Amino acid sequence: MKTKNHFFRKILAYFIILTSCLLVMIPIIWIVLASFSSGNSLYSEGGTLTKPSLIHYKELLSTTNFGLWYFNTFKIATINMILSVFLSMGSAYVFSRFRFKGRKLALSTTMIMQLFPSIMGMIAIYLLLQMIGLLDTHMGLILVYAGGQIPFNTWLVKGYLDSIPRSLDEAAKMDGARNITIFSKVIIPIAKPIITYLALTNFIAPWMDFMLPQLVLRSPHKKTLAIALYSMVAGQQNTEFTSFAAGAVMVALPITLLFVYLQKYIVVGLSSGASKS
Amino acid sequence: MMKKSKKAALLSALFMGLGQISNKRIVKGILFAAIEVYVLIIGIPYFMFSFWGLTTLGETPQYFVNGMAYGDHSIRLLMNGILAIIILIVFIGIYVANIIDAYKTARAMEEGKYSYKKKKFLDKIDGAFPKIVLAPAVIACLFLVAFPLICSFAIAFTNYSSPYHIPPKTLINWVGFDNFKDLFTMDMWRGTFIPVVIWTVIWGVVCTGLTYSCGLFLAIITNSKLIKFKKLWRSILVLPMAMPGFISLLIFRLAFNGMGPINKLLTNMGFEKVSWLTDPTIAKVVLIAVNLWLSCAGTMVFMSGILASISPDLYEAASVDGATETQKFRKITLPLVLYSTAPILVMNLAGSFSNFGVIYLLTDGGPANPNYQYAGSTDILLSWVYKMTMNVNQYSMAASISILIFIFIAIVAIFNLKRTRSFKEEDMIG
Repeated sequence: MKTKNHFFRKILAYFIILTSCLLVMIPIIWIVLASFSSGNSLYSEGGTLTKPSLIHYKELLSTTNFGLWYFNTFKIATINMILSVFLSMGSAYVFSRFRFKGRKLALSTTMIMQLFPSIMGMIAIYLLLQMIGLLDTHMGLILVYAGGQIPFNTWLVKGYLDSIPRSLDEAAKMDGARNITIFSKVIIPIAKPIITYLALTNFIAPWMDFMLPQLVLRSPHKKTLAIALYSMVAGQQNTEFTSFAAGAVMVALPITLLFVYLQKYIVVGLSSGASKS
Repeated sequence: MMKKSKKAALLSALFMGLGQISNKRIVKGILFAAIEVYVLIIGIPYFMFSFWGLTTLGETPQYFVNGMAYGDHSIRLLMNGILAIIILIVFIGIYVANIIDAYKTARAMEEGKYSYKKKKFLDKIDGAFPKIVLAPAVIACLFLVAFPLICSFAIAFTNYSSPYHIPPKTLINWVGFDNFKDLFTMDMWRGTFIPVVIWTVIWGVVCTGLTYSCGLFLAIITNSKLIKFKKLWRSILVLPMAMPGFISLLIFRLAFNGMGPINKLLTNMGFEKVSWLTDPTIAKVVLIAVNLWLSCAGTMVFMSGILASISPDLYEAASVDGATETQKFRKITLPLVLYSTAPILVMNLAGSFSNFGVIYLLTDGGPANPNYQYAGSTDILLSWVYKMTMNVNQYSMAASISILIFIFIAIVAIFNLKRTRSFKEEDMIG
């Protein structure tokens, strides 16, 4: 009786796992196959497997500004990553290690700021960028990205730094180390996992976001990949479907690999985010 | 004779920097004095103008003389006014700091504790380390997060909306709580607001609940002894988390398209076509399913971590007592997991009310609903706000609804924070 029950459980478990994996894989396989198909229709024909073609990739690179959009996105993502890590690491360190007047107030203010729906400030951000002449510039977009993420990132990193024992930096202080030395020689090496997580999420964000670029960027040659891909699909006639498939593969592949490669840091970040509350 | 400390504070209150100079801190004193002189000369007309602008929001709409534009731009006046208030607050802060500084220095001198020794430049810099590091983050936050939010907040109390109140052609006015009143009393707004709120709540609760339970379920299965090749399954199941979300969503948008591959497959198999994204009810189901596809992986990874932290001794003890698998799940796994994830569950719930990427990319809020004002059948509050901002210029109403959403999320967050604290004190999981 017991072994029979066990057998059923096993079958059931495999059934669930296989179904879930299938559901996950089908859309991905479909889009990859479609990008290598030679036709132009929404449904991938059986012919893809027998004679794969690179025609859509060539088309995408030669007839659109795909390369330029790729470069734009890469540039914005890299600068945003550096700025965000720089700004949030410092402020999180100060909030975690120094006690000063107004600290509690500042902390709860940042907590409240990150609760606001991000699109709420959009109208004002648009007008602000217009007033200072940064509308339709990458600079404006980067500033909004990096600035907007400070409250959340600060909380995230502070949660992680709080878990590093203070005795470490106190020992360094006894030896006469300056704050800047403690920060760079003691804290930063230990905080590497959370820095990696921070860098990763802030690097990936501009690849995925289409709301802010839609608001800030107007000129076609300044577009980022997310808007470009969105406009290929959102049109009434989906004639550009296969170009989209090729573009999707070219964007998703590096991001997915990066993500898988740095997987263990993601778990660190997720649990740090959890402990912040 | 008046004490030196009081005198210094009084002097500084009279004119910034005087107290510092009487304390023989000449450089500091001159710096403070320069700030006051600057504010007095440049600042007064600027502040007068700003406050006039903020209270009236302009008096003459734009007009043209020989191709040159004249007149008041209400929104710029509004933003400028708020900026002026922020600057004024900063100035008052400096003013107070100046008095306190003069008082403290003089006090220290009286008590003989103060010894002015030249510190090394590097040590001075290091003493100011927190301030130097914090300054760029604070300034960026102030201008790029706080300032826009305050402006949007203010816009909710104006009539900034098309077609009659769009600067610079026309002026806008303060209207108090009229937008909120309209939202709850005017048929045109209420008829959209109420059903959209109901759908938002359903969306949030169902999405969070499904993601949570499916994530937990998959985590248990991929961690159980029943199956082999755990690593393989886990790496496949984690793919939706690793892939850029908007690409997955656009893929689904194509797949569920009326002429897309899913319908093609159905017709090939002899079934009727299904209007996946154009029938309101079916579209809602599709949205929830796709959201599950996207977010289940993250929950699974997270849950696996929680499961790993449960001590295996508990299960062994239960086995010795002859507990079945179901009993073990109900009596050990579920309570412990619920216990340690309750705060996150609540925050996810709050977050999912504002998670409109799925809806925007998949259906764009559609199908269109003639009974709704500027919203489609699958729009949640925030995607409605987004549409009103981006497409139809109903800024004031969009801002009002955002405030309501914020109030709701803030209440949940505060409630959650309080509960979490009491949770922590019990400290059930070591």
